[in-house]
Amino acid sequence: VFPSTPLAVRETLAQIVAALTACELPGEERGAIEIVLAEVLNNIVEHAYAAPDSGTIELSLRPTAIGLRCEVLDRGRPMPEGRLPLGGHPERGRREDLPEGGFGWLLIHSLCQDLVYERQASQNRLTFRFAVEVGGGIA
Amino acid sequence: MKIEARSIGGDLLVAVREARIDAASAIQFKDEMRRLTNGQASRVVLDLGAVAFLDSSGLGAVVAAMKQLGPGRRLELAALSPAVAKVFRLTRMDTVFTIHERAEDAFGGLARVS
Repeated sequence: VFPSTPLAVRETLAQIVAALTACELPGEERGAIEIVLAEVLNNIVEHAYAAPDSGTIELSLRPTAIGLRCEVLDRGRPMPEGRLPLGGHPERGRREDLPEGGFGWLLIHSLCQDLVYERQASQNRLTFRFAVEVGGGIA
Repeated sequence: MKIEARSIGGDLLVAVREARIDAASAIQFKDEMRRLTNGQASRVVLDLGAVAFLDSSGLGAVVAAMKQLGPGRRLELAALSPAVAKVFRLTRMDTVFTIHERAEDAFGGLARVS
């Protein structure tokens, strides 16, 4: 559990990457996990909670036989239209019209499995899985 | 955010000396790039060799840095780490930028560019 700020997200990611490194997870798999978690957590900081540092985020990672299962909980606003953004490729036009955003969900969808979003009472719950082999427990 | 710039011929080589361009530093990166690239160099080569992690905010900031150069000026990239290259590939932004394997490749293989 940590506060909804960009720096708290950065610190949390550093701890997770250190734990994954200790589990001897290869660099490429570690990199994919770090990018997905960064996108998911920063989305909550920037969109679910209207103001910076106005709530907390709860993240749990659990090694299972089919990979690393992740659950992320927050009490911010629901996703637009109450469902997961599709994460398609942003529209591309001339250079001056190139998108500067809209890449986050594309990366999330590309790099993890079993992505499920649920709104339960006033809570957002996002679960997903990485098909990697992780021994031992990491919090 | 530590970023260094120097002229090579008529071009500008900009080297990011940070391990991350992420949501916490994307705005700083964009502002620093604006300050460093407000000269006349028609080609700016961004050396990302030190950057191990770039998220969608960082990617957006690199795109913004290119756009703020304005018409007739180019931003090229060099020395992408595997994780950074993957983000460019998955978002197909690798088709938007000229990407050099090493910074020196952008300058005709001149040694000692960094």
